[in-house]
Amino acid sequence: MECKLNIENDILTAELDGEIDHHTAKDIREQIDLEIEMQNPKTLVLDFSDITFMDSSGIGLIMGRYKKIKQSGGKVKIKNPSPNTFRVLKLAGMDRLAKIEREE
Amino acid sequence: MKTINQFKMRLQAKSTNESFARASVGAFIAQLDPTIEEISDIKTAVSEAVTNCIIHAYKEFSGDIYITVKIFENNKVKIVIRDKGCGIDDINKAMEPLYTTGGAERAGLGFAVMQSFCDKLRVISKVGKGTTVSLFKEIKSK
Repeated sequence: MECKLNIENDILTAELDGEIDHHTAKDIREQIDLEIEMQNPKTLVLDFSDITFMDSSGIGLIMGRYKKIKQSGGKVKIKNPSPNTFRVLKLAGMDRLAKIEREE
Repeated sequence: MKTINQFKMRLQAKSTNESFARASVGAFIAQLDPTIEEISDIKTAVSEAVTNCIIHAYKEFSGDIYITVKIFENNKVKIVIRDKGCGIDDINKAMEPLYTTGGAERAGLGFAVMQSFCDKLRVISKVGKGTTVSLFKEIKSK
């Protein structure tokens, strides 16, 4: 599991690679939270382009970061989830909390 | 229903085994030539059930997770995930979407995902004895 973090113009982008489950979510969470605390970004972009699997642990991960960044008026965007990841996101109503951008 | 193939495994309730558990079940089901969506549904549901064993059933003590996968002649699959953990006091409550005792980082959607991604879900539990989750899914691609 890889999490590449990049900040530009108050936008923190987390490029995630691999599978998100309860085991891998902890490490991703710690890395993103540390960067949020240090950089205080206005937007967090979770780039799911290279995520090959996600269960509801990914929902916990997104909800936790959403609550954290919302405290300082920020927002979360989810980029390029796979069709299966998108189904988990929809089931959890994540489209109501975050903007989901999908490539056609 | 006649069983045409069966797979059993027993693994320690460790979070590192979550990916192994779902990948193994997915690989076994592959013989039915499922679609990517069907295999993903099964892997997601298995991942939820196994995660529940690790986070909830064996919260206080360690133990093993028992997984049985049966393939029936009409392309129906039954996956049983069993633990000998703490058990669930109120199954209806545990199955409510967004209900969790797992803390702030858990969505409380495990059973909702299993229900949504499988044709049928059955949960039997006894406090102090453990929980058995049965997932049923028909592979329609063939």
